[in-house]
Amino acid sequence: MLARVPRDLTMAETVRGPGGARVDLLLVSQMVEPGSRVLDVGCGDGELLHLLEARGVDGRGIELSREGVNECVAKGLAVVQGDADTDLSFYPDDAFDYVILSQTLQATRCPRDVVEHMLRIGRHAIVSFPNFGHWRIRLQLMFYGRMPRTANLPETWYETPNIHFCTIKDFSEMCALVGARMEKAVALDPWGRALKIDAPWWFWNLFGEQAVFLLNRK
Amino acid sequence: MSTPPAAEKKLPVLVREADHPRSQLASFGADRPLRLEAGLDLSPFQIAYQTYGELNAAKSNAILVCHALTGDQHVANTHPVTGKGGWWDIMVGPGRPIDTDRYFVICSNVVGGCMGSTGPSSTNPLTAAPWGLDFPVITVRDMVRAQTMLIDHLGIDTLFSVAGGSMGGMQVLEWCASFSERVFSALPIATAPRHSAQNIAFHEVGRQAVMADPEWRGGRYFVEGTSPRRGLSVARMGAHITYLSDTALHRKFGRKFQDRDNPTFSFDADFEVESYLRHQGSTFVERFDANSYLYLTRAMDYFDLAADHGGVLAKAFTGTRTRYCVISFTSDWLFPTTESRAVVHALNAGGARVSFAEIETDKGHDAFLLDEPELHGIVRGFLDSAARTRGLKP
Repeated sequence: MLARVPRDLTMAETVRGPGGARVDLLLVSQMVEPGSRVLDVGCGDGELLHLLEARGVDGRGIELSREGVNECVAKGLAVVQGDADTDLSFYPDDAFDYVILSQTLQATRCPRDVVEHMLRIGRHAIVSFPNFGHWRIRLQLMFYGRMPRTANLPETWYETPNIHFCTIKDFSEMCALVGARMEKAVALDPWGRALKIDAPWWFWNLFGEQAVFLLNRK
Repeated sequence: MSTPPAAEKKLPVLVREADHPRSQLASFGADRPLRLEAGLDLSPFQIAYQTYGELNAAKSNAILVCHALTGDQHVANTHPVTGKGGWWDIMVGPGRPIDTDRYFVICSNVVGGCMGSTGPSSTNPLTAAPWGLDFPVITVRDMVRAQTMLIDHLGIDTLFSVAGGSMGGMQVLEWCASFSERVFSALPIATAPRHSAQNIAFHEVGRQAVMADPEWRGGRYFVEGTSPRRGLSVARMGAHITYLSDTALHRKFGRKFQDRDNPTFSFDADFEVESYLRHQGSTFVERFDANSYLYLTRAMDYFDLAADHGGVLAKAFTGTRTRYCVISFTSDWLFPTTESRAVVHALNAGGARVSFAEIETDKGHDAFLLDEPELHGIVRGFLDSAARTRGLKP
């Protein structure tokens, strides 16, 4: 499953920076060294690739939805139709400097395999995802006893493409498990602003609406 | 344009067109033979081609369009034999996705074809009669080698793009595998890195239909004054079904009767679909040579890019710097998406810059020739972006 989370799913996606670009994508793009080679897994309509190309990055994309791919290709972006769960295995080791998975992890069938492939294909991996440990989500489950639905994650449990939610804490544990080293981690509040760098993990896990991790192989 | 000599005017139009095509012509004498994969030289030989638009001073805006099995060089002009429009004039022309106001477009008849490039209906200089089955078996690689000689002849070093569908797409892939450094961008459409067993099987049925026609005469029909029209027509009818899809056939014809309300309880063309196929068959034989059909289907059968590279398709594209845009169609069961995906995976493995789109349509393999707005948008966008990188003026 590769479709980018629908536009209205995370609050940050509606928050746009001065140039009109999504704040979370700007943040991701700033983690990438100019001039490097990047694979954007689940590239949607190519917004991040477009941002990256402006930074002199040689960008490629994979996207599940046919409409997304065709839109990207018509824009001249190098995007292929494919699935993160099945197609990453066709890429050779160290083919890219960065492999990016933006707001797509929770929709993959085997998130751990996907992250392992990313670390194999790229020297760095950048993963951003909605944090299921956010206090609003916790409160909903606790007080209503039902699967949480928020303005940012509005779908019912039976309709959502998101099949593997995790919290910031869960994700960092998995990183340790697959031998990934955390170069950088940022949690964003609902307005797309980065939380304090020196805040403790429990604070991020409670107040971060989404997180962005820059990883590399140990 | 060359005027046929008076003596040859009595010959069938196809023989005349083979030797003296109404096209531009590049002739290669004994000093420049075409070295064939079959291990012999074709010499002398000629390439018939059409060009559209203007080559810029830097010679950096040339696009080679490769035609499919039954296509020819008349991609965007009135066909000299049928009087119909070019086979891809919806894609190639002023303001079209392959814009002849911007690009210099070349389309040549493949070696083995019957519209003026040397093929089985051309005159064999040794016998002064049409080659027939004495013509050597050619391959897709031979077609592409001949095209490189044409490009040299035109003084072009690097093609801005090579584009083509089906057998044309095979030529595009072969260009990228064998002459990648001469190809800036490539558009292999509705094609495959090898001909599948099913496709070979369909071709064999077509060839057997031709050869079973008593007028085929072991391929010597021109000399004997006969014409294997029925066999070639049946071959075309069978092949034509494979270019469409069940859905498209049903949408177009359903079970409708042709000019009648009830079945005739005979073997007349009661159904519209039968009448349509018969028409396809009978118009085809007017413009296509039966032996060329044998040779070109054979060339496609032999195509297997991975086998040419130690069984590993990715090796065909090692080190390629070409930009690729691979396109397939959902209802194409002759060259299904899985084949295009194999090409994409091989290109990814080599780190190539590749785009890949699958277009949703019910029109089957033929979709690449038809009015598919998404296809045209993608081709235009891909070429635009490549042109920016290449520094071509908008």
